[in-house]
Amino acid sequence: MLDGRRYIIQAAFVIVGLVFLIKLFALQVVDKTYQIKAERNIIQTITEYPFRGLMRDRNKELIVYNEPMYDLMVVPRDVYVGDTTAFCDLFEITEEEYLENMQNARKYSSVKPSTFLKKISHEKYAKIQDHLHKFNGFFVNPRTVRRYTNPILANQVGYIGEVSPDDLERDTEDYYKSGDYIGITGLEKSYEKELRGERGVSRKLVNVNGIEKGKYRDGALDTASTPGRNLLTTIDLELQKYAEFLMEGKRGSVVAIEPSTGEILAMVSVPSYDPNKLSGKSFGDYFEEIKADTTAPLFNRAIQAQYPPGSIFKTVQALIALDDGVITPEEKLKVNLGVMGDHAPAGLYDVARGIEFSSNNYFHDVMKKLIQRGEGSNIFIDSRMGLEKWTEAVEKFGFGNSLGIDIDGEESGLVPSVETYDKMHGRGRWAYSGIYSLSIGQGELLVTPLQVANLAAIIANRGHYITPHLVKGIEENGVITELEFEKHYTGKGDEYYPAIIEGMTRAVKKTAPRAAIKDITIAGKTGTAENGAKGEVYDHSVFMAFAPAEAPKIAIAVYTENAGWGGGASASTASLLIEKFIRGDIKKTWWDRERYVREKLYLEGLEETIDN
Amino acid sequence: MRKEGGLFSNLDWLVVFLYFILVALGWFNIYASVYDPAQNQTIFDIGIASGQQLLFIGASTILIIVILLIDFRIYETFAPIFYILSIILLGGVLIFGKEINGAKAWYDLGFFRLQPAEFAKLATALLLARYVATQGVKLSEFKSQVRTLVPIIIPIGLIALQPDAGSAMVFAALIVALYREGFPGIFITLALSVATIFILTLLVDQMYLYIASASLALIVILLIEKKRAKILPVLGILVVVCAVIFATDYVQNNVLKPYQLSRIEIILKPDLFDPKNEGWNLEQSKIAIGSGGLTGKGFLEGTQTKFGYVPEQSTDFIFSTLAEEHGWFGCALVICLFMVLMLRIVFIAERQKSKFGRFYGYSVASIFFLHFTINIAMTIGLFPVVGIPLPFFSKGGSSLFSFTIMLFVLLKIDMHRSQVLQRS
Repeated sequence: MLDGRRYIIQAAFVIVGLVFLIKLFALQVVDKTYQIKAERNIIQTITEYPFRGLMRDRNKELIVYNEPMYDLMVVPRDVYVGDTTAFCDLFEITEEEYLENMQNARKYSSVKPSTFLKKISHEKYAKIQDHLHKFNGFFVNPRTVRRYTNPILANQVGYIGEVSPDDLERDTEDYYKSGDYIGITGLEKSYEKELRGERGVSRKLVNVNGIEKGKYRDGALDTASTPGRNLLTTIDLELQKYAEFLMEGKRGSVVAIEPSTGEILAMVSVPSYDPNKLSGKSFGDYFEEIKADTTAPLFNRAIQAQYPPGSIFKTVQALIALDDGVITPEEKLKVNLGVMGDHAPAGLYDVARGIEFSSNNYFHDVMKKLIQRGEGSNIFIDSRMGLEKWTEAVEKFGFGNSLGIDIDGEESGLVPSVETYDKMHGRGRWAYSGIYSLSIGQGELLVTPLQVANLAAIIANRGHYITPHLVKGIEENGVITELEFEKHYTGKGDEYYPAIIEGMTRAVKKTAPRAAIKDITIAGKTGTAENGAKGEVYDHSVFMAFAPAEAPKIAIAVYTENAGWGGGASASTASLLIEKFIRGDIKKTWWDRERYVREKLYLEGLEETIDN
Repeated sequence: MRKEGGLFSNLDWLVVFLYFILVALGWFNIYASVYDPAQNQTIFDIGIASGQQLLFIGASTILIIVILLIDFRIYETFAPIFYILSIILLGGVLIFGKEINGAKAWYDLGFFRLQPAEFAKLATALLLARYVATQGVKLSEFKSQVRTLVPIIIPIGLIALQPDAGSAMVFAALIVALYREGFPGIFITLALSVATIFILTLLVDQMYLYIASASLALIVILLIEKKRAKILPVLGILVVVCAVIFATDYVQNNVLKPYQLSRIEIILKPDLFDPKNEGWNLEQSKIAIGSGGLTGKGFLEGTQTKFGYVPEQSTDFIFSTLAEEHGWFGCALVICLFMVLMLRIVFIAERQKSKFGRFYGYSVASIFFLHFTINIAMTIGLFPVVGIPLPFFSKGGSSLFSFTIMLFVLLKIDMHRSQVLQRS
């Protein structure tokens, strides 16, 4: 009987062996997840961040570059600090911060490295470097932050920051990973794809302690990072710096355009912020600070502020009327005072004189010719037909729509249409008599400083403009690819432009004598943008100009808020910038323009709300 | 009649062959488990485990010669002395032992660490063999049953004090040999039943178990309604089962340490455990084994074991190195070699003319079997993680010497099996 037990025992042996063979077959051959888990164990994917592209001005001067920074990494298991106080002193942290950071690192992993301190500056790192060996378990990870050669152009170049969850969701190409940096505003955002470069990846074999043990498949799958492409901007750094210098301490904006190309030579919006502080370690605090600032430093006035255009809009009226043929350049109109308040005297006016004197009543009459043509059966229908044409013509000058500058946030301004007045008064219930304030740039009109500068460029070009832009070329490996921009025509002809330019040239001498410069003929137009803000007594000073009048190289718009009439602050600023750009330096004139602008002398003797 | 004398006459060459194959495979495998491509080391380097293992293998060969030279009769004759000696060593190690990984299981002899538990198995097997072979002992009798269990329980108790649950567990192997000699099978059935209930209590809420066993008893009672006499025993069994359920629950909550319980639970409910903490050993072992595939990553090419993901990989988890580098084919080869070895030992045991020889043969087979089973089962997640070496593969002198002595003492006894017949 007991002999049978021999077979039971042998059978038990064999069964166990078979169970093992089957279980192992299931583990090793059938189940593929362990292969994947094994790779995940040993392969550490290291991202090599590319250098973000640089930005240069039109003369290849550096504007934005990268500066090395260091993250202090920690492997909690290897940490031996010894003197914690010395450590905290060296890194300038409190012991509480030390404990908190260490705990966070431990929570992540005790054997894998995690960030202990972020963004240690180059200078601080130099100081720390020599002492780092005293503390086990720490090492530094270099990365870069954006740096700016001058504390200017902040809103134009924009800033970068960590990608938001929204960005990640929008990222259809699956390029970004949490913690990556992305352009958030300005050129950093618009040219993100050019600037960011191509991330590199290397796969390393690591042991259980995270120590590198060679390359995965000898690096066959690794890719090197490609640095981002550089931007060649249209900015003239010298001009920009000077413009920022003149606008310091004010509120307003400057836009200067090269008329022949649409290239923006300078773009200022003040108050602004220091781009160097909105980068690196101080980013978070500084961002909160400027976001809460009531002067809105993050608001790019040059493209986002919308003002009633005021007198500068008279040039547009004249151009539309001339192109339409309702007036000719030589045609003289007899102007009576009475319809509108006016600084200009009554008398015979041709278009040049109308602009020179900025005659309100002259332009009232000109626009009337455009609106009430006698084509409709009554004045309401007539006005309606006229305004339809007028709106269309005005929009050709780039008003009422955003111009399409290569940074985000541009406002479109406002050009009223028949619908606007239908809504306000009811269809068939309004005529020119109700909308004539448009003739002098008041009423429902709104424009941005960029649109005004673009208008100056249109006149300088005698009837066309090129989409204004901030980047002219993309540089890769020393080769610059020029970007192309669209050319827009604003009317049918250009034969009437000399009259307008003549009027603008004379207007500078008449209404903005402080702006006149010897040897450089400036064609300009002053304006006053009504200030609707409560508690602010002065209007905004507006000046638009181009120079030299014969062969324009620069078109400019200057807005100085709360500075009264256009012939004061803004005209002087524009004059200085024109001279700076064309001549390279500033010659003394009878009037110390720089001191006048810098020291805000234009405020002396200002009457409250002057209209000219 | 075979001729007498001759050092190797009647030696079972198949077992010798299997022994050296397994020892050689084990040696290569130990080298693979400690191999570091960054270091310029060879398999012979005495600074690493494979070099030391080679020394142990050399020493084992000398041991084999010595065993073959010594008279085979001393094992039966001096069995009680060996046993007493090993019990003294087991007691002594609790006082003089060196504590490693929380267990006082080793005597540190400087050049060598002696683990007395490894040798106690051999001594206990010899003592029991001698007792079983004694005239008049019948394992079907209660008195004999107690007398055989006491010498097993003493070393188990001493080893459990170290504590070393794995080594203590190995003594259970002797039950298999006792079973072959007539120990009632009901005890094994009972032990297995208790184990089943233990596992069930971990898987299912206690209340369900009570309800299930009660309903089962009810069904049985209904079926045997006509045989009233048998209802009482069924109810008795029900009470016992419920008592066992209650007792295991008590053991789980009050006797077992939390880490021990979690090692058991992790086998049953692996998803509930964090693979970074309690689940680490098993998860990493399974990853290493599972990633080996059909043919493995190649000798010295294993990554999981090489980069330290599998803990204790040159000792308790050595099987994962083998499985990762040689895949299912490699595992199958080693498992088959072990199966052949164990079945051959059973064959040798069966051809012994003496009860002593047969019992000892079965003890050797079942000790091998238990090590083999528990070690591999724990690396692939079929058994809780307990530290117990895989014969010839796990590095370490004590383990290799103990298995070598155990095996060659059997071969020595086997060589003289006909002499035994002559004398009795």
